Amino acid sequence: MCPSCPISSLRAAIERAAAHDTIYLAAGRYFEHDLLIRKPLTIIGPREAIIDGQNKGGVFQVSADSFTLKGIAIRNVSFSELEENSAITLLRCTHYHLEDLHIDSVYFGILVENSDSGVVRNCVIRSSTSGTDEATMGNGIHLWKCENALIADNYVTGMRDGIYFEFVQHSTIERNVSKGNLRYGLHFMFSNHDVYRNNRFENNGAGVAVMFSRNIEMYGNTFIHNWGNNAYGLLLKEIYDGVIQHNHFIRNTVAVQNEGSVRIRYEENDFYFNGWAVNYMGGAYDNYFHHNNFVGNTFEVSYFGRPNNNRFEENYWSKYNGYDLNRDGLGDVPHYPVDLFTYLAHEVNESIILLRSLFVTLLSFAEKVAPVLTPDDIYDPTPLMNLWHWSDSTTSTSALAH
Amino acid sequence: MNRIAAYVIRDLLRSRWTIAYLLFYLIVGYAVLFLSGDISRSLVTFLQIVLILTPLIGSIFGVMYYYTSRDFMELLLAQPMPRRSIFLGQWMGVGVSLGFSLLVGLGIPFLTYGALYEADKGPFILLLALGVALGFIFTGIALITGLITDNRIKGFGASLMIWLLLAVIYDGIFLILLMQFRDYPLEKFALIATLLNPIDLSRVILLLQLDISALLGYTGAVFQQFLGTQTGVLVAAGMLTLWLLLPAALIRRLARKRDF
Repeated sequence: MCPSCPISSLRAAIERAAAHDTIYLAAGRYFEHDLLIRKPLTIIGPREAIIDGQNKGGVFQVSADSFTLKGIAIRNVSFSELEENSAITLLRCTHYHLEDLHIDSVYFGILVENSDSGVVRNCVIRSSTSGTDEATMGNGIHLWKCENALIADNYVTGMRDGIYFEFVQHSTIERNVSKGNLRYGLHFMFSNHDVYRNNRFENNGAGVAVMFSRNIEMYGNTFIHNWGNNAYGLLLKEIYDGVIQHNHFIRNTVAVQNEGSVRIRYEENDFYFNGWAVNYMGGAYDNYFHHNNFVGNTFEVSYFGRPNNNRFEENYWSKYNGYDLNRDGLGDVPHYPVDLFTYLAHEVNESIILLRSLFVTLLSFAEKVAPVLTPDDIYDPTPLMNLWHWSDSTTSTSALAH
Repeated sequence: MNRIAAYVIRDLLRSRWTIAYLLFYLIVGYAVLFLSGDISRSLVTFLQIVLILTPLIGSIFGVMYYYTSRDFMELLLAQPMPRRSIFLGQWMGVGVSLGFSLLVGLGIPFLTYGALYEADKGPFILLLALGVALGFIFTGIALITGLITDNRIKGFGASLMIWLLLAVIYDGIFLILLMQFRDYPLEKFALIATLLNPIDLSRVILLLQLDISALLGYTGAVFQQFLGTQTGVLVAAGMLTLWLLLPAALIRRLARKRDF
C-alpha cells in the first residue's frame, strides 16, 4: 500500500488483512494513530515510509502473537499525563519481532508488556523535541514483565532511560548504543538472569543502573563519560551474584557505585580516568576483584567499615609504587587503594573542598610512606606491576564504531 | 611611582631570575601539555603548580629584591619624592615582572597548543589572572616583612613562614576543624574559611570551572551556588582585592613611619 494506492490508510489495511498476512508499505507519509492490532501480522516498509502520529496518541498497539514490524519510520508521539503513549506498544505478545525501525520525537519508543520471546533489533530511537524533565519523558525501549527478549544493535538517544527492564527474566541486551539520555542509559529493576554485553553507554545523565536484581551478567560494555554531580558509570543497588567482566569504564564521575552488592565478580575490567573507580556506600559482601586495571583515577576505591570478605587480587593500580624484587610480575608489598583523602572525604563531606591543595598532597604522601590513618583492611596483597592485558575478543567492534 | 616601577621592571626583566622563572614555566608548560596531550586534564596540573609556585616565588623574590635593592632605595629616599611611591613602585615592578613571566611562560605553550580556541579558554585565562594576583599579594607581604625588619634572615624567614601558613598550615587547621566539628553543618564554615585564604579561594574558583568539580559533590554544589551568584562573584573578587589593598595600606604606613 502507499499514500496514493486504493488502500491508503494503514488502519484500513490492518482491518482487511487476514491473520499472518504481510502488509507492504511504500515510501510516503501516513498519518495514523492508535492502530489496534489483534491478529498476527507482518508490516514491512522502507525507511521512507513514515508513520506520523501527529502527537495524537500512540501509534501501534499490538496484542497478538507473531507480530513483525520492519524497516519503517515512526514519529511524533506526544507526552500524555494519563497514558504511556508510545510508538509501539506490545501487550501480551509472543514471538514479536521489531527490526530496522526509525523512531523519532516520541514519548515512549517501544513499550513491551507481559510478552514472551521477542526481538528488538537494529532500531534507532531518538527524541530531539523532548523536554529536560524526567517526568515528561519516556523510555526508549521499555520492557515490563517479559521473558526471553533479545535487544540488539539498537541506538537510543535523547530519551529518559535508554533501555529499561522491569521484571524481565532470561533476556539479553547486546551491542546497543545508549547515548545522551536524560537519566540512565540502561536501567534494570527486579530483573533476574539477564545478560548484557558489548553495549556502549555514553554521556547519559546518570549512567547505567542495575537495581534489585540477581544473576545479571555484564560483559564487554563500555561506560564512557557519564560525568556530573550525580552520575555513575554503573550503579549497583541491591544486586546479588553478578559477573562484571571485560568492561571499560572511562572518565565517569564514579565508575561503579555500590549501594548493596553481594557476590559480584569483577574480572578483567579497565577503569580509566574516573573520579572514583569503585565507590562503596555499604552493604557490600563477598565482592571479588581480579585482574582489573585501575589507571589514573582520582580515587581508586572508597570503602569503609569491616572488609566483609571483599577481596582484591592481582589488579593493576597505577597509583601503586611498590617494588617487585623477585620479578614475578607481582608487587612485593600490598597496595592500599583507599587513600587518606578518600577516607577524609568520606568521613567529613566538606573536606573534599581541599581537593588538590598542597596540604592534602603532602599529607597523602606522608601517609603513603608511613600509614597512620588510612584504612588498612582493604588491600590488594598481590598487585600487578604491569597492565593486565586481556583478550578483547568478546568486545565487539560494532558497538564501538557508532 | 610609575617611573620607579618602570625602573624596577627594566631591571628585573634583565635579571637571570626572571628569565629562569619564565623558562621554568615554559618548560613545564610544554612538558605537561606534551605528556598529557589533554588540555582539560593538564589544566588541573597547571592549577596545582601555579597555586604553589606563584605565592612561593612571590614571597622569596619579593623579599630578596627588597634586600638587594636596599642601597638603590636609600639613594632614592634622599630624593624629593614621597616614600610611598618608592615602595609601591617597587612592589608594582616586582609583581608585574613576575606576572610577565607567568603569562609568557604558560601562555606560549597554550597558544601553540591551540588551547585558546577551545572551551578551556575561560578557565585558563582565569588561572593566569589568579596566578598574577597571587604573585602580587605575596610580593606585597614579602615587602612588608622586609620593611619591618632589617635582619635579612628574619625577613626571609617571616616571609616564608607567611607563605607556609597560608599555603599549608591553614588547610591543616581547616581540616582539623572540619574533623572536630563534623557533627555540625559545615558548609558555611567551609565557605568562609575558603574565602579568607587567597590561595584556597583561587583553587576553589578554578576547580569549579573545571570538569573535576563534579567530584566535589554536595559541598561543591553549595560553593557553586554561592560563587555562581553575582553577590558571590563580588564577594570573591572583593576578598582578593582586599588581599591586595591590605599590603598596599601597610606598605604606605610602614614606609611613612619607618626610620631608615
